Amino acid sequence: MADRTLTFSIFRYNPYDAEFGPRMQEYILEETPRMTLFTTLTRIREEMDPSLQFDFVCRSAVCGSCAVLVNGHPRLACRTRTKELPGKITLHPLPFFRLIGDLSVDTGSWFAEMAHRVESWVHTAKGFNPDGEEERMANEQALAVYELERCIECGCCVAACATAQMRDDFLGAAGLLRIARFWIDPRDQRTDADFFDVVGTDAGVFGCVGLLACQDYCPKNLPLMEQLAYLRRRIMLAGLRSAVGKRDRRPREGTAIR
Amino acid sequence: MTTIMTDVLVIGAGLAGERTAVEAAAHGLQVIILSLVPPRRSHSVAAQGGMQAALGNMAMSAGDSPDVHFEDTVKGADWGCDQDVARVFVNLAPVAVRQMAHWGVPWTRVVPGPRQLPDGQVVMESPEKEGLIAARNFGGTKKWRACFCSDGTGHSLLYTMDNVALELGVQVHDRAEALALIHDGERCYGAIVRDLRNGELRTYLARATVIATGGYGRIYGHSTNAVINEGTGMAIAVDTGVVPLGNMEAVQFHPTGVVPGDILVTEGCRGDGGYLLDKDGHRFMLDYEPEKKELASRDVVSRHMVHHTRRGCAVESPYGPHLWLDIRHLGREHIETYLRDVAEICRDFLGIDPVHELIPVRPTQHYSMGGVRTDIDGRAYGLAGLYAAGEAGCWDLHGFNRLGGNSVAETVVMGMVVGRSVAQDLAGSDFSYSDQAVRSARLQVEQRLRALASYGLEYVYDLRQKMSEVLMEKVGVFRNGGQLIEAVEELQELQERAEHLGLRSSGRGPDPEVSAALRLPGMIRLATTIAYGALQRTESRGSHHREDYPARDDVLWLRRTLATWPPGADLPRLSYEPVKITELPSGERGYGETRAAARKESIRG
Repeated sequence: MADRTLTFSIFRYNPYDAEFGPRMQEYILEETPRMTLFTTLTRIREEMDPSLQFDFVCRSAVCGSCAVLVNGHPRLACRTRTKELPGKITLHPLPFFRLIGDLSVDTGSWFAEMAHRVESWVHTAKGFNPDGEEERMANEQALAVYELERCIECGCCVAACATAQMRDDFLGAAGLLRIARFWIDPRDQRTDADFFDVVGTDAGVFGCVGLLACQDYCPKNLPLMEQLAYLRRRIMLAGLRSAVGKRDRRPREGTAIR
Repeated sequence: MTTIMTDVLVIGAGLAGERTAVEAAAHGLQVIILSLVPPRRSHSVAAQGGMQAALGNMAMSAGDSPDVHFEDTVKGADWGCDQDVARVFVNLAPVAVRQMAHWGVPWTRVVPGPRQLPDGQVVMESPEKEGLIAARNFGGTKKWRACFCSDGTGHSLLYTMDNVALELGVQVHDRAEALALIHDGERCYGAIVRDLRNGELRTYLARATVIATGGYGRIYGHSTNAVINEGTGMAIAVDTGVVPLGNMEAVQFHPTGVVPGDILVTEGCRGDGGYLLDKDGHRFMLDYEPEKKELASRDVVSRHMVHHTRRGCAVESPYGPHLWLDIRHLGREHIETYLRDVAEICRDFLGIDPVHELIPVRPTQHYSMGGVRTDIDGRAYGLAGLYAAGEAGCWDLHGFNRLGGNSVAETVVMGMVVGRSVAQDLAGSDFSYSDQAVRSARLQVEQRLRALASYGLEYVYDLRQKMSEVLMEKVGVFRNGGQLIEAVEELQELQERAEHLGLRSSGRGPDPEVSAALRLPGMIRLATTIAYGALQRTESRGSHHREDYPARDDVLWLRRTLATWPPGADLPRLSYEPVKITELPSGERGYGETRAAARKESIRG
């Protein structure tokens, strides 16, 4: 690879620094082998501008901290290699989420709120017996639950979502996936009707307009489209059962310990 | 300054902090967790490998028991751990794994039928065990004991724990950093905290304060740790002048950090049958450890790698010399199912395909065995009302070397234990605090902020770079007296220069330069504590390897280092306490290092 000089145009705004409004700032760096946006931004902060705000934690694409818009597309910065990009690179914070400063946005609060809304925990009346053997589970079942639990809460799906831009109560692909994760978990005793209450609305499965940018941009390649279809089928079945008077609503004892 | 009162303040929202919080909340206490980042981004999420617990469900774990786990742990620690703690730990680990299953962790389960091992041997998984929690092989253990969730054990554990914390109403105040503990020399009353969203200071008053901030890996130049692992909790503990850190010289290096980037690829690679190769494609571990091969304890493998590199057998690269990890023979299906994260790391960060290509690796700082010294119940020495859990703590399970999979297990088990201690200690006690202690902690933090804003020509990232180079070069896998003396002197000089830190940026709001500058002096103090402890310990034990004292010395050194930092001192004050040996008298670890030492002598001769 010929050594390139890269120009980074980065969105800057510190809400607590009244001197400057929102603006784009340019930084010029020589490209090095295997350079990523993690190494780039770290170099800019340490060598050129220590005030630059951005978020990295694991820098290995497992923690979901570092999603930004790279030339307009939501991506994990840590695993974006400059080699894949043109010589001029524009970085913006993710849209939709509250801005903290520069490239840093508050995904954490949004995901915590989502987890509250979908009651993101196993609802069970069973107590834990510390002296007993674990309950058995088929390995296929365990792998299926794990597959839906792989979301790293980076926010790319929501940042790319048209519905989310229009209504800020939309659960987003990440929220719907979370519901699906508990719905297929045999340990969770919530009924179809319970889940219907959470997602059977325009803020849930019916809000999606099917553009599927969520799936295109998910850095973990999660089956978001498939899960949406799955949820809609289950919701429809739950609705049908309810319509013919067989609505499945077992007693809810112990479903919530709040 | 806003003041927030709570029963329990947990600093750190990784697995240890959240498990402690959950236990305390289950006892009816109000709990607030402080976290530098949203809780699910904590470094626990990156633990790929597994959680050690003696369930004995696999063909290759037949006959396993807490007793065998105990023996592996104590030998791994090179007898440097407290055996009463190891006993509590191994007995509780199976309970902890099953409880996590009850809470929702999708552990990989036993599938009955034949299983072919990497060496060609075929074992039968029993139909009687079908659907129970499975385990995989890990370095340094007699039995297959590491329970796992496909390739994301830490991820599933942390997400599940955070779900339970949410269910129990535990509050998490994220993007918040504790800068000083509030104490009067006898008792801890909470912390002074900086909000990383806006730079404002807040006072948290608590009846119990728990440090669960993880390790200090990032003070080293090359570390597998997340970038937030800067030892902040240990630093504020030692800053009190009365709370000792235990065994800070015990620093673990992981054999397989990738080059460049230092991202860890899991022990599972070697557990599942991966090889280490040198520049000629030679599987050199066969020469050094004919029996355990790549699965010898981490410290032993790391040292052989550095030794082999020094002999000129490594591959040269623009990022320094490295060796190869070879998992090609495991096959695409195995790699894509069980080592998927490893495959992703190779493709996404290195641009290579591990199904067909070799992975460049070298030993990289990985784990802090030392930490805030506590008793067997997690109560910190030196201050009542202060506790520590997980990697930030040192109740001393790991001694001088931690077994793979024991850290994840420790976070959950110790969280359980510490949460119970907190609940027990707070039962029937009233809220009390000392006005004077609060004022003095606030003043200390405000003075540090004022000093940064008003003067100083030193730049935080220059000093930081020097500190991490000193540690990497002089306090690494191999150590010797001459280099350690240099390291201590250089770190003392950096400590002094850090008093003259200034800012290049405005310092307003959540300015990251302010955060870095506030942290650096504490990081240098931790670095000095490590180097000074290593200098005084004139023996080799576990991960602490002195070239000038290559043998373990149980007569002088079957002791734990305790380091406090008296206010205004330029070096920590060291004292020592005996290691508790309750079951297993010290002996050979069985990792072949004696043979290796003999061979090294013969090579030198």
